[in-house]
Amino acid sequence: MRLQDARKDLLAGAVFTGLGLAFAITSTTYEIGTPLRMGPGFFPLVLGGVLVVLGVSIAVTGVLAREGGDLGTVPWRALVLLIAAILFFGATVRDLGLVPALFVTVLLAALAGRGVRVVPAVVIATSLTALSVLIFVVALQLRLPLIGPWLGG
Amino acid sequence: MGLLDSLALGFDTAFTPVNLLFCLIGVALGTAVGVLPGIGPTATMALLLPITFGFEPSTSLIMLAGIYYGAQYGGSTTAILINLPGESSAAVTAIDGHEMAKQGRAGKALATAALGSFFAGSVATLFVALLATPLSRLALNFGPAELASLILLGLIASITLASGSTLKALAMIVLGLLLGTVGQDIATGTPRFTFGQRELYDGLDFVSLAVGLFGVAEILRNLEGSMVRSVVVKKVQDLWLRKEDYRRIRMPVLRGTALGSALGVLPGAGHVLASFMSYSTEKRAAKNPQEFGRGAIEGVAGPESANNAAAQTSFIPLLTLGLPANAVMALLVGALIIQGIVPGPDVINEEPEVFWGLIVSFWIGNLFLLLLNLPLIGLWVKMLTIPYRWLFPAIIGFAAIGTFSINLNAFDVYAIAFFALLGYGLIKLGCEPAPLLLGFVLGPLLEENVRRALTISQGDATTFVTRPLSLTLLVLAVVAFFVAVLPAVRRKREVVFVEDDDGPHPPQPAQAGTRDGASRP
Repeated sequence: MRLQDARKDLLAGAVFTGLGLAFAITSTTYEIGTPLRMGPGFFPLVLGGVLVVLGVSIAVTGVLAREGGDLGTVPWRALVLLIAAILFFGATVRDLGLVPALFVTVLLAALAGRGVRVVPAVVIATSLTALSVLIFVVALQLRLPLIGPWLGG
Repeated sequence: MGLLDSLALGFDTAFTPVNLLFCLIGVALGTAVGVLPGIGPTATMALLLPITFGFEPSTSLIMLAGIYYGAQYGGSTTAILINLPGESSAAVTAIDGHEMAKQGRAGKALATAALGSFFAGSVATLFVALLATPLSRLALNFGPAELASLILLGLIASITLASGSTLKALAMIVLGLLLGTVGQDIATGTPRFTFGQRELYDGLDFVSLAVGLFGVAEILRNLEGSMVRSVVVKKVQDLWLRKEDYRRIRMPVLRGTALGSALGVLPGAGHVLASFMSYSTEKRAAKNPQEFGRGAIEGVAGPESANNAAAQTSFIPLLTLGLPANAVMALLVGALIIQGIVPGPDVINEEPEVFWGLIVSFWIGNLFLLLLNLPLIGLWVKMLTIPYRWLFPAIIGFAAIGTFSINLNAFDVYAIAFFALLGYGLIKLGCEPAPLLLGFVLGPLLEENVRRALTISQGDATTFVTRPLSLTLLVLAVVAFFVAVLPAVRRKREVVFVEDDDGPHPPQPAQAGTRDGASRP
């Protein structure tokens, strides 16, 4: 029996088992209580246990069925750029202001596309930033500084 | 209040200029995302949730609902014109619809789809209006035990129609339930799983979860392939149907409407199932079944009516019981909660103008769709030429700014990144995100009712099986579960999805139902 044939299900089973254990173990630090008077830990403890059982079952059935091994490609560059773009916005929108933070965020996101060059990406970022200011600040009256304190706004 | 008074109230609400405008915006946006492959109604609604925060509750719901049923129309347009269903329920429309387009009868196919959808949508809306009051009155008699059993039934039933592994869908539900426990415990106020983070005391942010799971994770999936599409569309002309056409589509539309209205109530991918079942029904009923797959107008009329009827009636569980039947309805629950309305049978009494306004808006929205779709068909086709590399940076930008704007809190933005990674990872492992969202939305409700039921029964867990209504619901849940896992039934279900006698195979919906718009060329 080749385990790599079931890689996908094994991994899925491991993820669910791990998360279930994490929730169940953390729940025990809260008061469990009794079925009559459930403490805060009761419900998550039971669910965590169920998730562990499901995780193990997924792994076992995966190994028995030996199917669904291939994970396919992962667009790593896009993944890193998109996550970075979102985190950048959260970290800087207050201090840099809406316009620069959004511009960089959209620029990073645009660069995540395949074969996108810098100039078109800048064009996309500029036009989308302008559009967003119109929608969120002008139309929806979002109260956010366009240029933040770091840039003297 | 009688039905007529209720509808009059609904007309008053729906016919204000603001609500008409946002109904139009909603259905237009819905048509757009239905047309565009790579963005689905679920992701669009998730992204627009933050914007609707500042709206009146009725306006926000009218617009969001419009996106959902509007997408059913848009999906059929691309299915017919370029054999690319933008939405999974339109997959079956592509079979005969695109064949008709190749024969130069694209206009007729589009007109059939639009007229059938309009008729079905109108009838199904009436159905929703008629059923809403009695069903919610019934639900008001439910005690905590019945509610807990009902929620369990809803959760279990939603997996029976989802594609892929039942175990994985179950695990996703449980994970969603667990994520729903993050925050303060309802009874004691003890913080759970917050790791001392103040931001987590109110629980994980619904908008961040939906945006990360459905918006960003979906983009990552689309970036796996190269989103290249060549659009060659012949000029669409001759939209008018002849007497002969009307005669041929009459029965399919009626049957499709009935099938869709009935199946739409089912949790999960009711609208997808409805369109596939309608197709096989019409094929069986047809005098010349060999025409199917070669441009039979009945093969467009039936499924299109069915999926639009189902799109309307899938609101019934949400509106009467507060139970979302699929991911889209779960997003509407989120919209209600953001507005401070607790979804459930009380909404119809406590917020009658929101409730009836929404129902009347279905009809108005369907009328808008008819007007938008027939004359403006060329415009929608042009939208297909917008490259994806322009679209997804816009989605990321709007997601970030929109989510931030709700609480002006950077933590919610970081949460998007977290859920995007979690969602994408799980999708890669063959797990659909929709059950997780359902679990997340229903988790706190389930916990509250289980705990209340047990407190009332003095800790006696048999309360769930000794109360007849609760027992019935649990038995149904068990049946639903076995339907989902039984191999024989699973095979049969796959047969429904792949109808193959002689006609060409319908393009497989990437993920039946809830993860809409995932079809990639």
